[in-house]
Amino acid sequence: MVKIEKIKNNIVLPIYAFIFAFFIGGLVIVFSDPEVMSNIKSPGKFLTSAGAKIGNAYLAVFQGSIYDINLARGESFFKGFYPLSETIVTATPLILTGLAVTLAFRSGLFNIGAQGQFIFGAIGASYVGFHFDLPPVIHPIASILAGVFLAGIYGGIVGLLKAKTGAHEVIVTIMLNYVAGFFILWLLKTTLFLRPGRIDPIAPEVSENSRLPLLLGKDLRIHAGIFIALLAALFVWWLLAKSTLGFKFRAVGSNANAARSAGISIPFVTTLTMVLCGALAGLGGAVHVLGTEHALTSGIGGSLGFDAITVALLGRAAPLGTVVAAFLFAALRTGGVTLQSNTGTPAEIIQVIQALIVLFIAAPALVKGIFRLKNTSAEKTLTAKGWNG
Amino acid sequence: MSLELKAITKTFGDLTANDSIDLKVAKGEIHAILGENGAGKSTLMNIVYGLLQADSGSIWVDGNEVKINEPSDALNVGIGMVHQHFMLVPVFTVAENIVLGHETSKRGLLSLTEAKEQINKIATEFKFEINPDDLIENLPVGVQQRVEIIRALMYEAKVLILDEPTAVLTPQETDELLNMMKILKAKGTSIIFITHKLREVKAVADKITIIRLGKVVGIASPSTTQEELANLMVGRPVDLSPNRSISNVGANVLSVTNLNIYDFAGRAIIKNLNLDIKAGEILAIAGVQGNGQTELVRAIMNLEENTTGSVKLEEVEILGKSVNQTLDSGIAYIPESREVDGLIGSFTIAENLILDTHDTKPFASFGQLSATDIASNATALKKEFDIRAQSIFDTANSLSGGNKQKVVLARELSRTVKLVVAAQPTRGLDVGSIEFVHERLLAERNAGRAVLLISTELDEVTALADRIAVIYRGEILGVVDSSVTREKLGLMMAGIK
Amino acid sequence: MHNLTVQQRRQLRGLITMFVLTLFGAYVFYFNSDKTEPITFGFIVGDEWKLIKEWVIVSKTGAGIFLSLSIVGVLVGYLQLRSKRTLSLSSFIFGFSFIMAFLCWAASGKFIPFTGLLQGALMLSVPLIFGSMSGLLCEKSGVINISIEGQLLAAAFVSGIVASLTKSSIWGLVAAPFAGALISLLLAVFAIKYAVDQVIIGFVINVLVIGFTGFIYTELLIPYEATWNTGPSFSAIAIPILSKIPIIGPVLFNQTIIIYFMYLIVIAIQIALFKSRWGLRTRAIGEMPIAADSVGINVNRLRFWNVILAGFVAGIGGAYFTVGSVGGFTKQMTAGAGFIALAGLIFGKWTPKGAVIAALFFGFADNLQGTLTIIGVPIPSEFMLMVPYVATIIAVSGVVGRVRAPAADGIPYSRGNK
Repeated sequence: MVKIEKIKNNIVLPIYAFIFAFFIGGLVIVFSDPEVMSNIKSPGKFLTSAGAKIGNAYLAVFQGSIYDINLARGESFFKGFYPLSETIVTATPLILTGLAVTLAFRSGLFNIGAQGQFIFGAIGASYVGFHFDLPPVIHPIASILAGVFLAGIYGGIVGLLKAKTGAHEVIVTIMLNYVAGFFILWLLKTTLFLRPGRIDPIAPEVSENSRLPLLLGKDLRIHAGIFIALLAALFVWWLLAKSTLGFKFRAVGSNANAARSAGISIPFVTTLTMVLCGALAGLGGAVHVLGTEHALTSGIGGSLGFDAITVALLGRAAPLGTVVAAFLFAALRTGGVTLQSNTGTPAEIIQVIQALIVLFIAAPALVKGIFRLKNTSAEKTLTAKGWNG
Repeated sequence: MSLELKAITKTFGDLTANDSIDLKVAKGEIHAILGENGAGKSTLMNIVYGLLQADSGSIWVDGNEVKINEPSDALNVGIGMVHQHFMLVPVFTVAENIVLGHETSKRGLLSLTEAKEQINKIATEFKFEINPDDLIENLPVGVQQRVEIIRALMYEAKVLILDEPTAVLTPQETDELLNMMKILKAKGTSIIFITHKLREVKAVADKITIIRLGKVVGIASPSTTQEELANLMVGRPVDLSPNRSISNVGANVLSVTNLNIYDFAGRAIIKNLNLDIKAGEILAIAGVQGNGQTELVRAIMNLEENTTGSVKLEEVEILGKSVNQTLDSGIAYIPESREVDGLIGSFTIAENLILDTHDTKPFASFGQLSATDIASNATALKKEFDIRAQSIFDTANSLSGGNKQKVVLARELSRTVKLVVAAQPTRGLDVGSIEFVHERLLAERNAGRAVLLISTELDEVTALADRIAVIYRGEILGVVDSSVTREKLGLMMAGIK
Repeated sequence: MHNLTVQQRRQLRGLITMFVLTLFGAYVFYFNSDKTEPITFGFIVGDEWKLIKEWVIVSKTGAGIFLSLSIVGVLVGYLQLRSKRTLSLSSFIFGFSFIMAFLCWAASGKFIPFTGLLQGALMLSVPLIFGSMSGLLCEKSGVINISIEGQLLAAAFVSGIVASLTKSSIWGLVAAPFAGALISLLLAVFAIKYAVDQVIIGFVINVLVIGFTGFIYTELLIPYEATWNTGPSFSAIAIPILSKIPIIGPVLFNQTIIIYFMYLIVIAIQIALFKSRWGLRTRAIGEMPIAADSVGINVNRLRFWNVILAGFVAGIGGAYFTVGSVGGFTKQMTAGAGFIALAGLIFGKWTPKGAVIAALFFGFADNLQGTLTIIGVPIPSEFMLMVPYVATIIAVSGVVGRVRAPAADGIPYSRGNK
């Protein structure tokens, strides 16, 4: 019984949260559009124009993220799936950085630092990718390992500081994100990283050998990185659910006092967790450079750090949930680009909708109140701990 | 002022904590409410004080019905309470704590002068020694309790609820408190005295209401015998002095030499402490809460950071090892707080049963957990330790206090150990669970293991221990035989040799 | 070592760090320095009394003087440690002279507008101070506030729009606190009523505000700029006489009205928190809510209003970005100031005084970086930009002493949650 309720809770609740978030997002779109608002005095006209505005906007999001019939017209049916390929390409780093947040959550840590860790992963992979000349297969592996290694250290610093001095990881990771941001700015000005003949901050392209193979031909950007991301998710699932290490992680995350009394070393768990989280986010950075971007730029991290957290929260700090959430958010993101180019509605609305979704999911009581759902006993929310915890 | 409760009922989920409870307290009466842990006494008093709301029933003061929805309502009608877990802000001074909620301001700024004068006045009247500018966190628990009492008196409480007030006191301090209750009574204050200690009830109460499983099961007068009261309280005859057969005392198992423990600010909490425990004996550490026993246990388990000296288990130094190595060296550890240190509430019973053995065979191989071995271990232990739960996959949170403690016992005692460290193993448990814990600890002793028992309950200490070490302000004041008198123990607990 | 308290041990470590840094400075800025050009410190920015106009000194000599002074700082620290006092005076002497020695070395042959440097530092720290006061009000009452960034940004956004629509910077300033309070309302409802994890809710609020303001900015503020985003801004008000004092005058007393508000608010919070009934109750609900509840204080109501008040305070700080300086709003114009404010609060050990000092330090580091980049110094500007962030990491890692948040900070209160 409890299990069914739990599943219902994990599926029904997010669906309601989505509906509600899109509804409010629609209101924002309508009320900020002077053209639609100029019709406000005649309700009929207002409603039709508002409906058209919202309809077009969300249609554009769909076309931009899943299937665009305009692309297929006159060509093959599959051409229309170009947006889906883009969604998967966007989802790949989101899955990996999301996992970096999810894993930390389960050990009782809030990793806001996926951004910085991602950047260091990208730096490592990019450097090995363009600087060395290695045979195929070996080159991408070496590049990825370099990124994972750098980012693992960068994440590990956080864990080590927390373990040794009690420095709160939220503060340290926020600060390290800034440090990473400035570091990459500086790095791209150095002769080591600046692409010859350029003055804007961009590194040389990684060599052909080091790139991740494309999966569906040259026209689509989808590459093997998605498999790496899914394998990583599988690994995190195994780690948390099946391994002794994961047992320690979960024990510390659920009740650090009891874990410590039972002989589990908290400094060890904290440090190792952050190393692994850094490695996961770094893997994201490496895959993104080797598979999608091919060249390091100062903006490589984008807003991935923030997105990773929203993804992990939406995925309720579970590996499978994180994967699903990453696909959903990736679809929204890629859809947002089309939204802006097709209808002129700014893509930031997607960010608003994402935040609203997480907001409603974080407060199940609120959504249940609105939709008059029954309260279930198997309520799993991420618990509050505070600075001292 | 008289207080009457009519048909108070309060449920938490499936549990009925108070089942239509009636209570009549006359003006100037000391009314004891007697019941074992979990009987629903504290729930009832929290309802009277406004910290909880009853599902049904009414509260009457001097013949008029009153609605108490908030503590402020209770304070307004003249009900004061000294809580079992003190309601004092640790980083505030005595005066700040006492004025909190009833502050006086001068030109918009807080004024403590009047309050300090009043505190000194009450303190002199009752011969307390108290400095209004001391920080609460630096005061011994007995003094903290006096702060709560002074606060209630300053609010002019006409009905004073004392919730298990003697749990943190030495026998002598207890006597002082009982005396004070009599003085207050003479002044016309009504007192509700919550306790599970029969001796104290008989000493001061005018009337006794006995509660069992949320119901009033009897109203007695102080002339009722202890046996009858105990019978009513538990619902069956109880004998809390278990059979302690002669056991074969062997060689030293644990030797603590010159142990010092320092707190965060560098102050010594335990000073040059020496202690020996032999195989086949129970050594109890008796003392008022907060005299360093918590830290002593944690230091032995290597959970404390600033320690010097030596702790040897069978001649092998263990101080400074990791907690894991300490457990592996052959110590079973029953922590003081099962919810905080003993169990992980969101984990299943099965998971909690392998908390400290999860990475050893058969539960783990090559870094992977073996679900079948974990389950069969849990099934076996559930049966052996009579853990009452529907399934081994229920979470620890869903268990009652007694069953939680059984999970901890099952986990710790199922390992092969030389020493059992049991800190306050029966705190907050019902009589049935207490008996179970006592039996298991005695069985360990009889099987030739050394047992270190830390308890603030004198009855428990004298019933179980072969030898009793009394701790006072971080030092062992002396080690005595278990035949020692209560008075002697009480004096030692107060620091008098 | 056991006869030293943990705090003293940490102070000793701090003192040793100061000493090592001084030695390092002595090597780099003096013994190994070949900079013989003069450095000029300028003190005049306006019409203040011209008592000292500028100070010219040879780079290496200046570094030598200030390094000797920082040795004095270390010695004072040693004496303070011996007499079991805190190292505040010595830290100040050391910090000041070390930075000056660094400047003498780095800006050899250049002109340093000293007063302007301080003036800019104060201006950069204004939003940080407002933000950390907002955090303080929340966290002292037991609610973690990660959403300072969102409060600042929302207030900057609203005040910019209101000022533009009304063509009045005063209306912009009036509207800003309400925008901050609205964001606080969101935090309060979710954190207090729905008991959602406060770090998470604060985080999500930030994303929401960044997204929403970004959306409206692109949708309305850019295409209809003339109506929506051309607000006026305040000009500085010189306080008679006080503003004429050299150095201090132009820095402290020739500023916009928002900065004068800031002085009042900081002083008011410092006094009210430790000397008033409200302050006692606020600290009580942040430390041990159940104790406050048991004496009749409505914990969640007080928390609610304190969180709202915090939004109000942050809102004024948000207005500083628009009507307080440039007038118009730009996307994400707060650029992480809310997070730095949060760090300052922790750096300052959850006290108003400490938070202000931390904010001033961050502001100074930020402005110093800007100044040095302009005059051109041998250190990449990116590393200078990292200074506040690295300093925060060092601070929370225990150099400033173990910082403890209010005991109940971040824990929702309900009577079941004892």
